[in-house]
Amino acid sequence: MTASPMTSQKPADLVVIGAGPAGLAAAALAAGHGIRTLLLDEQPAPGGQIYRGVTRTPIGDPRVLGPDYRRGQDLVAAFESSGAKRVVGASVWSLTRDAEAGLEIGYSVAGAGTLIQAPRVILATGAMERPFPIPGWTLPGVMGAGAAQTLLKTSALVPDGPLVLAGTGPLLWLLAVQYVRAGVSIGAILDTTPRANWRAALPHMAGFVRSSYAIKGLKQLREARSKVRVISQVTGLRALGSDRIEAVAFRRGDGAEERMPAATLLLHQGVIPNPNLASAAGCAQDWNPDQLCWMPRTDVWNASTVDGVWIAGDGAGIGGAIAAEHQGRLAAVAALSAMGVLDGAGQDREAAPIRKALAGATRGRRFLDALYRPADQFRVPEDDTLVCRCEEVTAGQLREAVRLGCTGPNQTKTFLRCGMGPCQGRLCGTTVTELIAAERRVPASEVGHYRLRPPIKPITLAELAAVSKDDIPAVAAER
Amino acid sequence: MFHRLPVPDGETVSFTIDGTPAEARVGDTVAAALLVNGVPHCRTTPVSGSPRGPYCMMGVCFDCLVTIDGVGNRQACQERVAPGMRVATQMGSRELDR
Repeated sequence: MTASPMTSQKPADLVVIGAGPAGLAAAALAAGHGIRTLLLDEQPAPGGQIYRGVTRTPIGDPRVLGPDYRRGQDLVAAFESSGAKRVVGASVWSLTRDAEAGLEIGYSVAGAGTLIQAPRVILATGAMERPFPIPGWTLPGVMGAGAAQTLLKTSALVPDGPLVLAGTGPLLWLLAVQYVRAGVSIGAILDTTPRANWRAALPHMAGFVRSSYAIKGLKQLREARSKVRVISQVTGLRALGSDRIEAVAFRRGDGAEERMPAATLLLHQGVIPNPNLASAAGCAQDWNPDQLCWMPRTDVWNASTVDGVWIAGDGAGIGGAIAAEHQGRLAAVAALSAMGVLDGAGQDREAAPIRKALAGATRGRRFLDALYRPADQFRVPEDDTLVCRCEEVTAGQLREAVRLGCTGPNQTKTFLRCGMGPCQGRLCGTTVTELIAAERRVPASEVGHYRLRPPIKPITLAELAAVSKDDIPAVAAER
Repeated sequence: MFHRLPVPDGETVSFTIDGTPAEARVGDTVAAALLVNGVPHCRTTPVSGSPRGPYCMMGVCFDCLVTIDGVGNRQACQERVAPGMRVATQMGSRELDR
């Protein structure tokens, strides 16, 4: 891989990382105020994951992906006319804060690294699918439902049969409806939502029925159920096969064991903030017991605990695409105020309509969180299930390590190499925290999370060696 | 595996998978191209040698690692297929010469 020498420069007054709804909205608002704004994004086209490929999807029939998806086109258009600059295909591998130099961002495009100084940064790095550790989940042919949706949006690819969807949460039903409309045959949807969740969700029903999710969600459920066999209260789910998935086995709500052939199994049980960049930058995180995930600590302006860094969108806690937009705008307003572009009164004036819209967009979320809370057995798996896919560490090995005195995720690295593979603990981190907490019978907040350090994406030694000495970033920010 | 829905004709791009000629649509990621070309798995793990294929499609899981144009450990879901690209499935860990 060739690498050009890295240079440290200050190309913008505000750098936004991530071109999903939060990042696009934040960058457009800031640039609209005349601020030199730079958007860095990993993908070749804007949209993030929720609006992935929105400007160039090969799917012609608008019914398949639905009207919510097309909202992304407006966001992209507003961004493109705002005057903000962008770098596409930019993989950000570090964000550090140095007392003298301020914030510094390291990123690579096609193997060439660059370091830039950034007075203010908005992180809009979005969400990832929650891990769904079941026996056999590493077999080829088992994928995330979100992953399959990405293939649909960007390449119009759909699975050959027999196809099984399993799990819980709005995205699972949305994908099922998109497949039905595209003429894809689904063998079954295995619904893992525990019946008891309804009891917990009921007190939040009033907010939900007034939300935009209610009618839309019920319509999707009805459409999917009318076309596909849905099996409720599924437990004991496992993927079977030797070199790839061949079948799915599970227990139905009535207690009967069932097995069905599957060439593709798509798993989903919600999304969680993608934690790595914020965590490696030293932003404090708290365990959210309702959403069952680590969340960066942010104030009412979406400011993180690191000076000059705001976090907006699902990366700051799951609120959905519309809430992400508004959070991005709030963070941008706060950044403008910090730069002196807006005074205190101007900040509040700009923020008022955004806050109102944000409140509307988050209405109904507590109901969804409670209803689609993933079952304990699919978050804290049995002993024979792999937790760390990279280093192939099982739940049983982790429990044994806890019995030997391992108290938290960072120790599992030394005990078992758990979380030390190429994904750097992205995928197993939540499971490891919850499993250790369950085994120690303490809250997850007491167990803690993986300590992450830059680079958060693998980069070659050649890229690193090309940094001149003056440009080496401060390692490890405030923590 | 995966197949493509009937869509308006897009430009195709020719590349190779383990030396065998293959085609993808312009804009496809390498991972998408492997799935639509019926490649059952793109690598085996360094730990146990078990087969893996694309799982998250968004750069999180690193299960879709392949060798691209002689460079190992590339994330197939983050790279676009380019004309003449040489994609190789990766057995075990990355080696010194790739």
